[in-house]
Amino acid sequence: MTDSQWETVIGLEIHVQLSTKSKIFSDASTVFGGEPNEQANEIDLGLPGTLPVVNAEIFPKAIAFGLSVGAEIATTSHFDRKNYFYPDLPKGYQITQMDEPIVKNGCIDIELNNGATRTIRINRAHLEEDAGKSLHDAFPNMTGVDLNRAGIPLLEIVSEPDIRTADEAEKYAKSIHQLVTYLSISDGNMAEGSFRCDANVSVRREGEKELGTRTEIKNINSFKFLKYAINHEVKRQINLIESGQKVTQETRLYDSTKNETRPMRSKETATDYRYFPEPDLLPISLDQNYIDQIKKTLPELPLEKMNRYAKEHGLEEGDAKFLSNDLELAQFYESCYELNRDSKQIVNWLKGEMFNRLSNVEITIKDSPVSPNQLCDLIRRTSDGTISITTAKKIFGKLWEGKSFSVDKVITDEDLAQLSDGRQLDDLIDEAFQNNPKQIEQIKKGKTKVLGYFIGLIMKQTSGKANPKQLNDLIVKKISSLK
Amino acid sequence: MLDETLTEQIKGIREKKYSSFELTEFLLDRIKDKTELNCFISINDNILEEAKAADKELERGSDKPLLGIPIAHKDIFCERETKTTAGSQMLENFVAPYDATVVSNLKRAGAISLGKTNMDEFAMGSSNETSFFGPVKNPWDETRVPGGSSGGSAAAVSARLCSAATGTDTGGSIRQPASFCGITGLKPTYGRVSRWGMIAYASSLDQAGPMALTAEDCAIMLKEMSGHDKKDSTSAQVEVDDYRALLSRPLGKLKIGIFEPLMKELDSATSLVMEKTIEELEKIGMTFTEIDLPNFSYAIPAYYVIAPAECSANLSRYDGVRFGYRCDEPSDLKELYQRSRTEGLGKEVKNRIMAGTFALTSGYYDAFYKKAQQVRRLIKNDFVEAFKKVDVIIAPATPSTAFRLGEKAGDPKEMYLQDVYTTSSNLAGLPALSMPAGFVNNLPVGVQLIGNYFDEAQILAIAHQFQSITDWHLTSPDIPT
Repeated sequence: MTDSQWETVIGLEIHVQLSTKSKIFSDASTVFGGEPNEQANEIDLGLPGTLPVVNAEIFPKAIAFGLSVGAEIATTSHFDRKNYFYPDLPKGYQITQMDEPIVKNGCIDIELNNGATRTIRINRAHLEEDAGKSLHDAFPNMTGVDLNRAGIPLLEIVSEPDIRTADEAEKYAKSIHQLVTYLSISDGNMAEGSFRCDANVSVRREGEKELGTRTEIKNINSFKFLKYAINHEVKRQINLIESGQKVTQETRLYDSTKNETRPMRSKETATDYRYFPEPDLLPISLDQNYIDQIKKTLPELPLEKMNRYAKEHGLEEGDAKFLSNDLELAQFYESCYELNRDSKQIVNWLKGEMFNRLSNVEITIKDSPVSPNQLCDLIRRTSDGTISITTAKKIFGKLWEGKSFSVDKVITDEDLAQLSDGRQLDDLIDEAFQNNPKQIEQIKKGKTKVLGYFIGLIMKQTSGKANPKQLNDLIVKKISSLK
Repeated sequence: MLDETLTEQIKGIREKKYSSFELTEFLLDRIKDKTELNCFISINDNILEEAKAADKELERGSDKPLLGIPIAHKDIFCERETKTTAGSQMLENFVAPYDATVVSNLKRAGAISLGKTNMDEFAMGSSNETSFFGPVKNPWDETRVPGGSSGGSAAAVSARLCSAATGTDTGGSIRQPASFCGITGLKPTYGRVSRWGMIAYASSLDQAGPMALTAEDCAIMLKEMSGHDKKDSTSAQVEVDDYRALLSRPLGKLKIGIFEPLMKELDSATSLVMEKTIEELEKIGMTFTEIDLPNFSYAIPAYYVIAPAECSANLSRYDGVRFGYRCDEPSDLKELYQRSRTEGLGKEVKNRIMAGTFALTSGYYDAFYKKAQQVRRLIKNDFVEAFKKVDVIIAPATPSTAFRLGEKAGDPKEMYLQDVYTTSSNLAGLPALSMPAGFVNNLPVGVQLIGNYFDEAQILAIAHQFQSITDWHLTSPDIPT
């Protein structure tokens, strides 16, 4: 039997950490990487008598996401308590939203490999607090609890089971990632856990209407692993069914070192979360005007950006897409464009030198050692003929290594300017013509190849600094006057 | 100094009749004399220093309204650097790094804290017998209970160990002990007083309030305790009245509602107290009208679903992981949880956690929790309708006078019925007070006044004017009638 006879059904739950200064229900800092429990106050610790107070920063972020996926924004919603015991859950319940999420019924388009688009429906996105971390390896025979992450605001985005392949799942997750970073509602840092995926996966025979038994894979923290984990799980499920066994509904953990999933806990014996409305918080009531206001201030999204670059900046679609795909790149490009309207040149530099160098380092363009200002200086100095492209690339290299800060200073200090003085070049050409009568004769006979001889000669004389185009033009002009 | 009210103590200190230090020494001695009442779980070791400081502050011309007044806090309010136990072994050694807003508000007003009063464990109980620290005895008859859960505060005020104390009321926990001990106790509107730092029992019902000898004293305390607090999202952004200034205002012909079925349940002696109270209130110009509260009888069942449901979640944090009681040498995580909670929590608390957990379990949620919330809305609507016709509602505070220690301890259903007249105002979120209105067999009886939302000023003024023509509130257990 082959895979083509099986259909995979996937739904993703994505936990996005909202980038706020303080936690969702306390004023403790959300900065990543502090010493364990340094960023957990009495509310995060769930000490007796403490009460949560909602950080209002989370609402515009959730609303911006909802509006960007064409979803309904609930003007009234509320928080619920989800009850379960775990050492890194200080209160014994998580404050989340169960039956009234703030965002409902949205969708997002993903582009398939064949160029077609598919719409993935988003069932809901709700606000909740993150739990802390259990540190199982920190102490011998004991488990440590770090509550720095407890109370970090999360937006959990739940898709409908509209995804059919691991590839689509990856594309969907990337689209959501692009969207939340574009909206600046999350830093999207997967290594730090700001963007985490759980995948609900089931298989059924082609043409079947009923969904198969699903498993939920947790602990996926990269796009690559998302694809691996789903592919692995699909194979495992098909093998089970084909060998006459059944898929058990359960939660499985993805182990990236072994590239396999293994059972975490069975849902059948799983806890009943006993949700009920959180009595310590008032219901959330959002004014339509407030929502409309956020709509007005929504940043430009990738597709809109691409169209603008094509229409207003005169860029080819491919280039416009290249730039708009990544917010940081688009922002870098736009900073350059503010300084220099030569959009094509900017794109060429970004696609060429910039990307070549970025691909070898860990940093993103936001932290590029070459600033938009410096890049535009380079472009200006090549366009006005001060330096050649080759020299410009050399200077780019110096800037990248942080050896210099001013393009013009490098040009002066290292005497890199081209010789573009027409009269000086004229004199050099005249001198060369006089000293090489034999070659002049050949030219007169129509041997244009000799042109190159004179260019080479003068380049050598000027140690390569003669402006090649100007030199070429002047020689051609002189030669034609000879005839 | 013995029988002085809060109002008189404020005057006494201000007019230098005695210093805060002298008053405090006197009260500390009195507390020592009355240790058998078991009113306090802990005493503030530093209070004499604080009293001295208050006296100095007075010399410097401070005009803080409660300057140098020793008060007592129910041991449910967290106080920085002080043990706060909630009457439980679970928190026997818990020291909070913060003050409850009630505590800090009263400190700001100049009050000093004598200590923390005994209470039913996590405020779950109506007799103070569920406290890990032993029962409190009723100063009027030491074989009887003081009521609960704020029994320590009620008994302390009644025995003149302090002139005022804080309490909390989730289903009657201020008003029932106030009635049993012959003092005045007020449960404010839900949201009037911040819940920050007050250990939660049932979040949507819990409300802190004052317990004192007189309505006037409660008015003084309430003003200082109240106000919006950004640390409690459910605290109301409603201006705080100058309750004391409004006590003697002419009330005109206020209409007081009577729900007849409640009166019929009373025994003849208590019924007589009620009738006499109505007569006295008529003397100060009140008129009486019958009202209907069709869903009143569902208050107890609704309360005993909602409160346990909320408590089952509120008490999950007592797991032995971060603070509080932890069992010895657990073999694994599950055992750590199970034994810490089994050993650290008392029977009544565990009963309510179990009941609440059950009420929230999927499959039972609709039949219990959801239904109870629907009933709660109906009860609230009944009150809203009634307050269209009347200004205040009068009701008994308790079904009986203080019962004997141990009398009902084995019968939770009997015990739960103690709250029959009080829970409905918690469910509706309304303010209600209990004021001393007479005696039956030498035991005090309270009468309850229920006011409209945020109209504490009205019920306090009625109680004050009632107290200006009666003296039940000034009768002391040391000199029984």
